[in-house]
Amino acid sequence: MADQNIQNYTLNFGPQHPAAHGVLRMVLEMDGEVIDRADPHIGLLHRGTEKLIEYKSYLQAVPYFDRLDYVAPQNQEHAFALAVEKLAGIEVPPRGQYIRVLYAEIGRILSHILNVTAYAMDVGAMTPMLWAFEHREHLMEFCERASGARLHMAYFRPGGVAQDVPLQLLEDIDKWADTYPAMIDDLESLLTGNRIFKQRTVDIGVATAEQAYDWGFTGPNLRACGIAWDLRKSQPYDGYEKFEFGVPIGKHGDCYDRYLMRIYEMRESVKIIKQCIANMPAGPAAADDHKFTPPKRSEMKQSMEALIHHFKLYTEGYHVPAGETYTAVEAPKGEFGVYLVSDGSNKPYRCKIRAPGFAHLQALDFLSRGHMLADVVANIGSLDVVFGEIDR
Amino acid sequence: MNYLDRGARAIFLAELVSGMALTLRYFFRPKVTLNYPYEKGVLSPRFRGEHALRRYPNGEERCIACKLCEAICPAQAITIEAEPRDDGSRRTTRYDIDMVKCIYCGFCQEACPVDAIVEGPNFEFAAETREELLYDKDKLLSNGDRWETELAARLEADAPYR
Repeated sequence: MADQNIQNYTLNFGPQHPAAHGVLRMVLEMDGEVIDRADPHIGLLHRGTEKLIEYKSYLQAVPYFDRLDYVAPQNQEHAFALAVEKLAGIEVPPRGQYIRVLYAEIGRILSHILNVTAYAMDVGAMTPMLWAFEHREHLMEFCERASGARLHMAYFRPGGVAQDVPLQLLEDIDKWADTYPAMIDDLESLLTGNRIFKQRTVDIGVATAEQAYDWGFTGPNLRACGIAWDLRKSQPYDGYEKFEFGVPIGKHGDCYDRYLMRIYEMRESVKIIKQCIANMPAGPAAADDHKFTPPKRSEMKQSMEALIHHFKLYTEGYHVPAGETYTAVEAPKGEFGVYLVSDGSNKPYRCKIRAPGFAHLQALDFLSRGHMLADVVANIGSLDVVFGEIDR
Repeated sequence: MNYLDRGARAIFLAELVSGMALTLRYFFRPKVTLNYPYEKGVLSPRFRGEHALRRYPNGEERCIACKLCEAICPAQAITIEAEPRDDGSRRTTRYDIDMVKCIYCGFCQEACPVDAIVEGPNFEFAAETREELLYDKDKLLSNGDRWETELAARLEADAPYR
């Protein structure tokens, strides 16, 4: 028989594929069912956030950060609030810091619940999502009670938080935090030892520590490769140094380890939430400097000066001294950074957003090479990509 | 021994059986799902839903056309035109909110110095056409009239924190 020249097959995966999280489009070059090259195409959710922020005052820019990684909006706002505070030299009172840490950890659990369970569904386990989303619902209710929105909170403002948390909310969060570890145990008993789940994840998409450094991994994906790096520990912000929590480290850098990292991080987050509520300081939740934070309404109705501050803040906004800063937080998906340049006006001169998902998506090619088509789905799920922040 | 233990667990599908036992236990637990639209989740006084323009108890509209909401709106969804009325008071002649542009950030109600524009508890205002979601002043005021008791209760409940 004569030699046949068989060409590689090119498969278009997404952007409307249920396993391609969001609007990921991938062009897969395949040799049979084995991946030769995975080429992620991005940009389908591009909204020009960075450019839009240049035309908004600092307060108006806050809701834009909600819409980057819309699975854990608070953590993005946190990075922006910290960046503005650093440039303007605003001190956040301890209660504001504790509330922000509390909600940042709630955001982390929100994101990890979605990722772990959606990932489990991608590789064939449907039950975890149905169970864990009950708790996600509770968390979103807590978000709603503090800020008024279940998802896009617009709650972390430069100078603190928008409003103090209402009475009883902290007790309810504390009660919830007691029940949640049992849910993680249930998730683990369904997934961690399960042979089907392990067959789909163990030794799939292995990234070495070297590769993780080279490709700019951060967050759980980096720690799964065995590198102990967590911005909450290495450069604590908003008083994270006062909390006792562990940072889980993986060994193999495969899909299974990345899943385990998220499970263990949820347990640590619950610990932080408990500590937050136990040690919640009294006092104001936002800085008392009315050049940056609006005065209370009662004050605004009584005092002319407060009314002027109110009008100034909601029209012109505040001027931030000229300068530049790169401020990063440990978002659930990794290092979320804001590079903010101010020219001394009331609008940012430039706001570059460093999204962790962008760096992780690049790794999809080398993680998927040589694996089967079905393993690409496991890889996408384990990398935890969200397209709001990648395309921004 | 460890080897034997693991072998036995693998043969007898230990983790699958225990997983199935767990799902069976969940099967008999009380259900947490809500039968929407007959049952709904609770909303806090801070919930940011459909907008409404409020009136004073004497029927006069609160809005004084200061345009703070128009200025702060990040999505530029609010359009206001104003001129003095015959009695000399300053009121809006046009107050439009494009509910399609709106991102429900709540900055307008935060900015409003007279609590005129508020985001109410209603989140069920879906419409079939885009035009129905371009709210004008009449629509917003009628929203305010319809929801006033609830809006006033919400503002009062949240007043200590604002």
